[in-house]
Amino acid sequence: MDALSPPPAAAAPLLRVSALDMRYRSRRSGLLHALDGISLDIAPGEFVALVGPSGCGKTTLLKLMAGLQGGFEGDITLGGRPVTRPSAEVGVVFQEPTLLPWRTVLQNIMLPVELARQDPRAHTDRAMALMKTVGLAGFEHKYPKELSGGMRQRAGICRALVRDPRVLLMDEPFGALDAMTREFLNVELQRIWLGDGGAARKTIVFVTHSIPEAVFLSDRVVVMSPRPGRVAEIVPVDLPRPRKLSDMADAHAGQLLARIRCHFNLGGSIE
Amino acid sequence: MSDSLPPAAEGAEPGGPLSGLSPRVQQALLVSASLVLVVGGWELLVRWLQVPAFILPPPSAIAGQLLAMGGNPLFWTDLAITLHEVLAGYTLAIVLAVVLGVAIAQLPVLELSLMPYIVAFQTIPSVALAPLFLQWFGYGTASKVVMAALIAFFPILVNVIAGLQASGRDEVQMLRAFGATRTQTLLKLRVPNALPYVFAGLELGVVFALVGAIVAEFVGAKAGLGNRILQYNEQFNIAGMFAVLMVLAASGMLMHGAVSWLRRHLLFWSERHDRSADS
Repeated sequence: MDALSPPPAAAAPLLRVSALDMRYRSRRSGLLHALDGISLDIAPGEFVALVGPSGCGKTTLLKLMAGLQGGFEGDITLGGRPVTRPSAEVGVVFQEPTLLPWRTVLQNIMLPVELARQDPRAHTDRAMALMKTVGLAGFEHKYPKELSGGMRQRAGICRALVRDPRVLLMDEPFGALDAMTREFLNVELQRIWLGDGGAARKTIVFVTHSIPEAVFLSDRVVVMSPRPGRVAEIVPVDLPRPRKLSDMADAHAGQLLARIRCHFNLGGSIE
Repeated sequence: MSDSLPPAAEGAEPGGPLSGLSPRVQQALLVSASLVLVVGGWELLVRWLQVPAFILPPPSAIAGQLLAMGGNPLFWTDLAITLHEVLAGYTLAIVLAVVLGVAIAQLPVLELSLMPYIVAFQTIPSVALAPLFLQWFGYGTASKVVMAALIAFFPILVNVIAGLQASGRDEVQMLRAFGATRTQTLLKLRVPNALPYVFAGLELGVVFALVGAIVAEFVGAKAGLGNRILQYNEQFNIAGMFAVLMVLAASGMLMHGAVSWLRRHLLFWSERHDRSADS
């Protein structure tokens, strides 16, 4: 970032990706150009969805934002500081809930606190409150195998939120769930996100390949094109909140869906 | 054939005499019934065909020998010596296999340099080393402990390594995303995740340790159950040999059962265990 021209304070992005380029060598296909000149500013409290066909690098982009991977050109900054490794300010929700089967649900949710060697007592109340918010109250001492897929993913969300990060990165968190559970959790996620007002509201980056999910949840949909991953278009979603599933049938929502979809039809690859 | 009662016994025999009982009780009844049949048949056949006792003794003679041994303090000394060899060897094997296994799983240099030797060494029939151990460690218990340890060592080592390397990339990445250090990843993910494998190795290892101790006693010993089998063999006391065999079988089953019990209680969360204990 250029120190001489600070961004205007009103629009100071929390998460900033500029001129990001990522190439890596793959055993199967040789040198791969995964991400090509991605620039993206995400404001505090904003909900941004990344959509695109497989191979467009959306998951890679998310991993880079999480500080899980290096070896890129360009800059990623969080609150003005470059992202080089995982940070307590970022919580990650993965495609698979990846709960540890030998830990109870509560112990799983408390794992980030434990790893940071923080006082568990100070965070248990928050963990319990989070579990209540996502509808897991009463399951604290159950083991993951006793939970349904949707409940496991909700526990994964609590785990990402337990240290109260400013940013939540979600990598197709509901992709493995059935359609009904998925829609239900979309509504729940919106409710949880709207539940925090003002500065406490999380900034969420949500990777998905479901266009309706992206439109339903986000303030902006970043449409990515495949190989190399580029930002094809950023579509603002100006539907009023809180949104209902039935809102997706409105004419305006239909226009947004169509606008995003046309990118994939041109590219010839829709998932 | 009364198919050995699969878990789905509910619909299998709708009108059978055992249909009201739980699968476990059904199996226990069937096993007891088959035992009575086999032992009874054996006794009758041996008497009927007048098989000489030095070829195949009747179960009654074996039972007599068992009772006689029970009253003989020398037998109890032999049992204690063999069990001591087994347990000492087993413990030694566990300690060495866990230390080496963790080191190999954590340090790629060690894995690259040692794995070929370990694979090669495993193909040597370890029991063939028993005479050598006798030379090195003498006729006492030391050579038996070493033999038991050597045989039990490999299955444990291989499972420790496999278990520590079995953690999924997703889980490793998840821990990293939440700021885990290398040591934390080892302690909070790799070690617990390895336990089902380690226990598979431990269950094999305890049986192998018993084999090792007995083979080493065969090669040269002054005491122990293996030595006792050889003595009975020389005296044509075949019923006595069978009696010792039964004691060995019971010891093996008890030790294996103890390890299994520990596994079931520690690894209640494991998927593998889920499948085997469905009741």
